[in-house]
Amino acid sequence: MTEWMDKLTLYFSYPFVRYACIVGVLIALCSSLLGVTLVLKRFSFIGDGLSHVAFGAIAVASVVNLSNDMALVLPVTIVCAVLLLRTGQNAKIKGDAAIAMISVGSLAIGYLLMNLFSTSSNLSGDVCSTLFGSTSILTLTRTEVWLSAVLSVIVVAAFVVFYHKIFAVTFDENFARAVGTKVNVYNLLIAVIVAVIIVLAMNLVGSLLISALVIFPALSAMRVFKSFLSVTVCSAALSVFCAFIGILISILAGTPVGSTIVAIDLAAFFVFAWIGRMGGRA
Amino acid sequence: MAQLLCKNLMLGYENNILVRDLSFEVNQGDYLCIVGENGSGKSTLMRTILRLQPPMGGEIAFGDGMRPNEIGYLPQQTVVQKDFPASVREIVLSGCQGHSSGSFFYSKEEKQLAAEHMERLGIAELSGRCYRELSGGQQQRVLLARALCATGKLLLLDEPVSGLDPKVTMEMYHLIKGLNDQGISIIMISHDIQAAVKYASHILHIDADIFYGTKKQYLASPVGKRYIGEEGGEEK
Ligand SMILES: Nc1ncnc2c1ncn2[C@@H]1O[C@H](COP(=O)(O)OP(=O)(O)OP(=O)(O)O)[C@@H](O)[C@H]1O
Ligand SMILES: [Mg+2]
Repeated sequence: MTEWMDKLTLYFSYPFVRYACIVGVLIALCSSLLGVTLVLKRFSFIGDGLSHVAFGAIAVASVVNLSNDMALVLPVTIVCAVLLLRTGQNAKIKGDAAIAMISVGSLAIGYLLMNLFSTSSNLSGDVCSTLFGSTSILTLTRTEVWLSAVLSVIVVAAFVVFYHKIFAVTFDENFARAVGTKVNVYNLLIAVIVAVIIVLAMNLVGSLLISALVIFPALSAMRVFKSFLSVTVCSAALSVFCAFIGILISILAGTPVGSTIVAIDLAAFFVFAWIGRMGGRA
Repeated sequence: MAQLLCKNLMLGYENNILVRDLSFEVNQGDYLCIVGENGSGKSTLMRTILRLQPPMGGEIAFGDGMRPNEIGYLPQQTVVQKDFPASVREIVLSGCQGHSSGSFFYSKEEKQLAAEHMERLGIAELSGRCYRELSGGQQQRVLLARALCATGKLLLLDEPVSGLDPKVTMEMYHLIKGLNDQGISIIMISHDIQAAVKYASHILHIDADIFYGTKKQYLASPVGKRYIGEEGGEEK
């Protein structure tokens, strides 16, 4: 126990570890916010789809040797998010099929590009960390940390300001439109926020595990709570808690950050499902 | 000028025209019932009035101080996701979203308004409950309260009593009539021709041939006689 404490104190004496930890928690907070909306709009997998797009974009960025790959990844992901949420409304190709198509497509192209053109000596290591997140949160660069912090603050602020509109649009789009709410604008906003969250969360948990970060907290909260506000608050709190514990464990035990956090989110889900059933019976 | 004026409307979807040359108007305090068979285009008319879809021809005009987003709307079916976590209060309050207060948050007055409407419809003690755990009749009241938050002038109700038992149906009709007596105009789609004839001031019959007029005119018209005759016959 004291050994652990010593190790933690040692790590946290580096300012950079503290920053990384703060960023991890912030990312977890934003990614949980829109979870409820995405789950209810039947877009649980949009996170997955978009993260694969981001993976493809990262591959392209590394091939053309961009110094700051965010500059390419963020816009590409936002455009795809807008397109995907669009198709959900007047679907020639149904929402989930479109997502599957785009996501698998960009995954394949991305890997192909990396394989053909990559100059790195450790290709499988690179791919693995893009897919599953950095093996250690400490490998985040300083720019990434700052950018993530700023973007997360913006996302949280936007969510708070537009909270009621997001509720209205999620709950009953037709009614919202009938009383003059600019539904398309808010759908666009949701798409953009989702894209930003995905790009942020890739740093933390990697492409393959993002959906977990986005939807697990919301699903857990929905087992127990019954109003939109309480579900949102609970899933945010839960996500932050799980991320924090996950980061601590990964530092102590040397496990990969992303999968540790997701494992804890999963455990929390079972706990909440159990509480929900007990509550339902009582 | 009338609150709502529809002139030579043509309704339908892409290459499927449902209704041609539909004209009618709604004045303050009117109670208009829209009747007609399944699939005749009644809900389509509602959606067109609400600007959820464009008319294929003709025009819709608002007057008498009405703005197009001041209509309270009770949909035929709300495709509320089965597992949507939303409390009654949150839903009723979302009726206030169209108010042009310019703020992204609900004001004290709006919360007050929502509370009054819940009181008025007898769902005040449900306000903290989860919407999806309510009975069909209670859900209809919640949606009606939401519609009332959106308007003080005109309510559009698409089959508000479908799926309700006779007693709750009667209560619903009384509620709506009460609102009408307080000066809110009502447009209601209904398959219950008896109730339509009992409560409405005007009838719009959408079918192969369209009828629009006061209740008296409708009862005297061939369309009205035939339709009411059929319905009455079925019941016996
Ligand atoms: N989105 C749509 N696209 C194409 N056609 C549609 C669409 N919605 C409805 N229709 C068609 O338009 C016709 C009228 O539909 P509508 O919902 O207006 O009928 P209704 O009069 O409300 O019937 P009901 O009494 O059953 O509610 C139907 O034949 C239906 O198949
Ligand atoms: Mg209908």
